[in-house]
Amino acid sequence: MSEPVLEIRNLNVGYGLGDQAVRAVRDVNLTLHRGEVLGLAGESGSGKSTLAYGVTRLLPPPGVITGGQVIYHPGNAEPYDVLALSDLQLRRFRWNETAIVFQGAMNSLNPVHKISTQLTDVLKAHDPKMSEHSRNVRAREMLKLVGIAADRMDAYPHQLSGGMRQRVMIGMALILQPQVVIMDEPTTALDVVMQRQILGQLIELRERLGFSVIFITHDLSLLVEFSNRIAIMYGGRIVEEAPAASIYRDALHPYSAGLLGSFPALRGPRRELTGIPGSPPDLKGMPSGCSFHPRCPKAFDPCAGNIPVLGRPGTPDGSSRSVACWLHPTEQPVGL
Amino acid sequence: MKYFLQRLAFYLFTAWAAITLNFFIPRMIPGDPVQALVTKYQGQLSSQAIDSLYVLFGLDKDANLWQEYINYWKQLFAGDLGLSFTFFPTPVSEIISNSLPWTLLLVGITTVISFFLGTGLGILAGWRRGSWTDGLLPVTTFLSSVPYFWLGIIAIYLLTGPDSFFPSSGGFDSGLVPAWDQYFIPSAIQHSLLPALTILISSVSGWILSMRNMMVTVASEDYITVAHAKGLSDRRVAMSYAARNALLPNVSGFALSLGFIVGGTLLVEIVFSYPGVGFQLFQALGASDYPLMQGIFLIITISVLVANLLADIAYLLLDPRTRKEG
Repeated sequence: MSEPVLEIRNLNVGYGLGDQAVRAVRDVNLTLHRGEVLGLAGESGSGKSTLAYGVTRLLPPPGVITGGQVIYHPGNAEPYDVLALSDLQLRRFRWNETAIVFQGAMNSLNPVHKISTQLTDVLKAHDPKMSEHSRNVRAREMLKLVGIAADRMDAYPHQLSGGMRQRVMIGMALILQPQVVIMDEPTTALDVVMQRQILGQLIELRERLGFSVIFITHDLSLLVEFSNRIAIMYGGRIVEEAPAASIYRDALHPYSAGLLGSFPALRGPRRELTGIPGSPPDLKGMPSGCSFHPRCPKAFDPCAGNIPVLGRPGTPDGSSRSVACWLHPTEQPVGL
Repeated sequence: MKYFLQRLAFYLFTAWAAITLNFFIPRMIPGDPVQALVTKYQGQLSSQAIDSLYVLFGLDKDANLWQEYINYWKQLFAGDLGLSFTFFPTPVSEIISNSLPWTLLLVGITTVISFFLGTGLGILAGWRRGSWTDGLLPVTTFLSSVPYFWLGIIAIYLLTGPDSFFPSSGGFDSGLVPAWDQYFIPSAIQHSLLPALTILISSVSGWILSMRNMMVTVASEDYITVAHAKGLSDRRVAMSYAARNALLPNVSGFALSLGFIVGGTLLVEIVFSYPGVGFQLFQALGASDYPLMQGIFLIITISVLVANLLADIAYLLLDPRTRKEG
């Protein structure tokens, strides 16, 4: 496997402090490798977005990172911990190394500034010496890259369709050629045709430019198609992580299997949709043991008692995947 | 552009309606201004003089209402607002042009200062939410609910007196003649300080509150998070992204408040006996001086309409979403 570009180590993120705090992300270990698309899936409230905001230190108050490390490997320099950067270093790191396309991409553009202003101000902030002309040239280039006519440079966001706005955001994310692009439900607000068009384009761009993607969505069927590896989150923890094909073929964790069962696959034979009974856990009062056990069809004795650790399962392809489930007790825990 | 012309047409229509009402209302009020004058001069007027007074006020009985209305417009375009009763035979336009500069300078300058100061503080308080600036909020809420005139009365009670630097009334020392010289100007400034402070203190809080609240609302928008994620400096995010968008309601509020400058802060001018339009209107009311009232109402109406137009233009310039294509 290729070298890592972003390593999340024992990350804990909570909202609020003290007794009132809600732990939204718990002991997450996740590694993004160079050039891969890592999918992150889970129900609403599973901590996917919080994880993304935590990694980039963009948590809105009262969110706080309570522990862990986010190690970034620049490729040509020593790796460093993003969470330990000073404000100035962080500002330089942002967008240069890690860009984000947000969930509310429809509202990600400032309505009162032209597209060109919003594309070029990021260039200005990161490279003050760049001339205005070359900034504009670069912005046009990016628009062309995502399939928008360069004459839309002077348009305001409200003059663009939802799909176009999302493309502008993707173009904006790539303008500084970052190593990592985090996409937080980038296509949720778009129709299915537009979703696939934009994702297809993104994958093509990734092959051309070679960045890595963390793709966050609750739509597992999309991930199966577009990502290399998939991590499934439940109740703030990663419960399973495996190559996309392995998850699709035989998900080890009952929750992953449940998620897969609740979406119609875009290709392949017809099958019955099942869904997962119950509702996502309350982060304030998590069930004991495995947080999924009250909803799990396969729950047995140890589930309610102890939290299963994420580790390599004893299956034949066990070296390439990890799971946190008592059905697959592990010999090699991940990240400890 | 089309939108702008539509607005302009609307304001012209409104102005016409307001002026027409302004013409009819005094004529519907029972009583006759000439009779009031006759009483005032206690029968010392000859019947000829009374007749000519009727003609002078445009109330000669020969002309029908329509004729009067046409004449009214003609006079209006000639800048003739009629003659004042109380200051007979001074033309109303002269009285207004004497009192207008006082109001424009006092209320105009304080409105502008108050807007910029309040908006600036509001940006700061909104952006630094959760810091010590939040402590200012109860104070501003209190001050914004205090009426101008009450604050003025308190100021006069506490700060003026025989030995005080602050004069309690008037626009300048009674011994001086209005002129642009080294005696009159400092005196005028000295007299304006207290009313200006009164207006400033009670109006600045409104700007602070509304700007702060808009900042807080805008700060939770997605594009602010994006701006942070882009690695823009905090200052740039605060000014170009947050404040720029939060400013919109305040700017239209500001344009509207410009319209009320001419109307003056009537009560402040009354409390300080300040020689502005508001005080003049107060005197006109007391003396049933219809032409003067009519003239002042006209000026206020027009300035409110112009201010509304300014607000529309400001919005067109600041918010691209209001600009229609084509």
